[in-house]
Formats: sequence, structure tokens, C-alpha cells
Amino acid sequence: MNGPSLKFAIVLGCILGFSAYSLAESSSNQAERKGKDDQVVVLKAGYERPTEIPFPEDNPFSAAKAELGKTLYFDPRLSRSNMQSCASCHSPSFAWGDGLAKGVGDHMHELGRRSPTILNAAWSEVLMWDGRFDTLEEQALGPIEADVEMNMPLDELIAKLSKIEGYRELFAAAFQGDRDITADKIAMAIATYERTIVSGEAPFDRWVNADRQALSTSAERGFELFNGKARCAACHSGWRFTDDSFHDIGLADDDLGRGTEFPGILKMQHAFKTPGLRNIDQRAPYMHDGSLATLAEVVEHYDGGGIRRPSLSDEMKPLDLTKQEKRDLVAFMESLTSDDEPVTYVQLPR
Amino acid sequence: MIEKMIAATMIGAWLVISAAAAADEIVITQKGKVFSEKKVTLQVGDTISFVNDDESTHNVYSRSKGHKFDIGAQRPGTAISHQFNKAGKVKVRCAIHPRMKVTVFVE
Repeated sequence: MNGPSLKFAIVLGCILGFSAYSLAESSSNQAERKGKDDQVVVLKAGYERPTEIPFPEDNPFSAAKAELGKTLYFDPRLSRSNMQSCASCHSPSFAWGDGLAKGVGDHMHELGRRSPTILNAAWSEVLMWDGRFDTLEEQALGPIEADVEMNMPLDELIAKLSKIEGYRELFAAAFQGDRDITADKIAMAIATYERTIVSGEAPFDRWVNADRQALSTSAERGFELFNGKARCAACHSGWRFTDDSFHDIGLADDDLGRGTEFPGILKMQHAFKTPGLRNIDQRAPYMHDGSLATLAEVVEHYDGGGIRRPSLSDEMKPLDLTKQEKRDLVAFMESLTSDDEPVTYVQLPR
Repeated sequence: MIEKMIAATMIGAWLVISAAAAADEIVITQKGKVFSEKKVTLQVGDTISFVNDDESTHNVYSRSKGHKFDIGAQRPGTAISHQFNKAGKVKVRCAIHPRMKVTVFVE
């Protein structure tokens, strides 16, 4: 082969070789991207919202019962002081919490734990940070009666409400014409109203439903981290982002949480119910003790792995997240907030 | 007289043995954080053997009025039995993973 022909062959060989390499590389990238996309599709399926609210057979929904429940929920006369309603600690203005590190009860007494949101409580398996109530009906009466919270004995509350004609009418409308007021009916009405409090569609939901523009690229990366390296989805799973289970996440306080009720289970010491993450950026401060002010601090806590002790959840391990990964996780959590209609107040019966 | 006493004793023993023989045991496994049954119906005196076939620790408890019990921590690979001695509806859960639940109807 003469000089020019050899040069031509070398150049052609290089071009062909490079093209083949590029094609192989591109095909490998495409395969990797497709694999990742398929993985995301599978992950997304685990976050689809339910189509209806579950109401129990022994307390089905009725509009009249929900209306009565709403009236009771916002009525401060359900407390001994006549100053605290359910909404004082679980206010729609604070994503159905109170925005405080710790709740406040009768005589401005500070309670031991942060007021949890009641958002999406219809789906909760057990109620309260330590899960001591099995149903919303049981839970509804707990804070009313508790001397450190609303401090209102139920017999006194029934006598008080029975003197208000407007309430007797509301109870009659809700319970087949029966004007008698009982503790069970109060609980059933409040629980019915609480079940109607559901977080609306968030950017994340639109993204799950194929709107690719609904999330920023940072939030998309955050979703993958949430389900991967950061291990959040090990507990914050499903459309509410909770497994309804109990875990010690290694916070530095003396509260035994679920361990008080189940002292025979080591892993329940310092364990609290996994909170859902809907509208989470509206629900600061965070954790059962309100000890972390921002979502960035929450991510820092999990990155460190929490306090090492025998009860620490097996899911808690140092994560070694980069600064960008931490920002991505926060961006993802911010995409879980819905733009809900404002809640209308009720005219209380006199 | 003695013959009657012996006969009565034998009948009593037979009744006890029959009752014991009649008492049944049902096995419910815990796997993938679910109980293998959602609802079961038993006779008074029957037993459920809860078998932890999972990789994580579980628990079995009930807060149902008159039927409260708590077996404590149940490690993977172990079985714990609980006898149901009273008629009624017993709601049973895992204290660690409350989505794990089974309703026991004791007749």
C-alpha cells in the first residue's frame, strides 16, 4: 500500500472505530437510562394516591355528621377553660398542627411532644406518637379528657353541650333524629370530620401522573435518593410517606415513646410512629420533640445516623450524603405540598 | 358406692381428655410484615401458634376489652402460642408494625 492509501486507511479506520465506540457507548447509556427510567416507573407506582377516603362500617360518612364534627372540632367550649378547641393544636393554618415545638394544654401547660398533624389521619393504623389509640373515635376523646390538655370530663362536656339548643339540632341531624348527646356520638362526629381532612394534589402527584415538568431536576434526583442511597423510603413509604410503624431514630431525649406501653420490646424504646410527609415543609419544627427547625436539619440528622443505642432502628445508618444530595432531598420533600383550598370557619351554635 | 365413684371419675377424666382433644391449634405465619390470615374463627380454648417467618422482630398483642395480651418481642424463626379462653371478637396486631393485623372470632 502506497503512502496516501495507507493514510486514508488509517483515517477511515479511526473514523469507523470511533463511530463504533460512540454507538456502543450511546447504546449503553441509553440502556442505562432506560433501566433507570423503568426503575422510576416502578417506584412511582408505589406512590399513587387512593381514590376514596376509608370510613369504618360502624361509623359511615354522612354530610350532617361531618358538619357536626367540624363544629365540635372548632369549638373551644370542648375544653374546661372554654379557650381550647381541637383546632388550637391541630389548626388548618399550620398544616393541621400548631407550628410549635411542643404542644400547649390547659393553663398554657407545655406538653411533652409536638402536636402531630391530623392530615390524612383517615388512613392511620394507630394514633398518637406512641400509637396508644387504635381508632380516630378513641383518639378524639383522649385530649378532651386529658387533664393536661383540654381537661374536660366527658360527663361535664355532655351536660354543657346539652344546654345548647343548636347542638341538639346538629346531633339530631347527624344521628337519625336523636337529639341526645353522648360521648360516643361526639367521638364519631369528630372522627368523621377528621377523616375528610386530606392533603390535595401536590407537584409530586402530578409528576407521578406523567407530568414531567412538575418536579425540578433537583427534586427528581431527590426522589431517587429518597428511595435509594438515603434510605428514607425504608420507613416513609407509600403515598402518605409512612409505614405506620415505630422506630427509634436516635434523637437525644428521654421520652421512651412506644416503649412505655411495650416495655418488653427493646426496639420500641425511644420509638415513635413514622409521621407522613405530606405538606411537610409547612409543618416545622420537626420530630416528636420539635427539636429540629428545618428540613435541612432533619436531613443532617439522618445523614449522621442518630445516637447509637440498642434500641436504634436497624434502618438508621450514616448516609455520607454530599451537600448537593442533601439539597436534592429537601427539594423533593418540598414537592409534597399541596395547594389546598382554605378551610372555612364555622358559626358555633349558641 | 366405690364403683359409682370410679365410674364418675372415669367419666370426668374422659370429658377432660375429650375437651383437650377437641381444642385446636391454628398456625398463623408472619411474613413480609403481614399475618397469613386476616380473619380466623376459633372455639373457646383453641390456640393460635404465631410463627415469625420474617427477617425482623415482630410482636403480637391485643387491646380488645377482656382479651388483652402481649407476647413481647418475637424474634425471627420463633413460634409463640396464645390460647383464647373467652368468647368474643379479638383484634390482634403487631406493636412494631401495626399494619399487621388479624381479627380472631372466638365462639
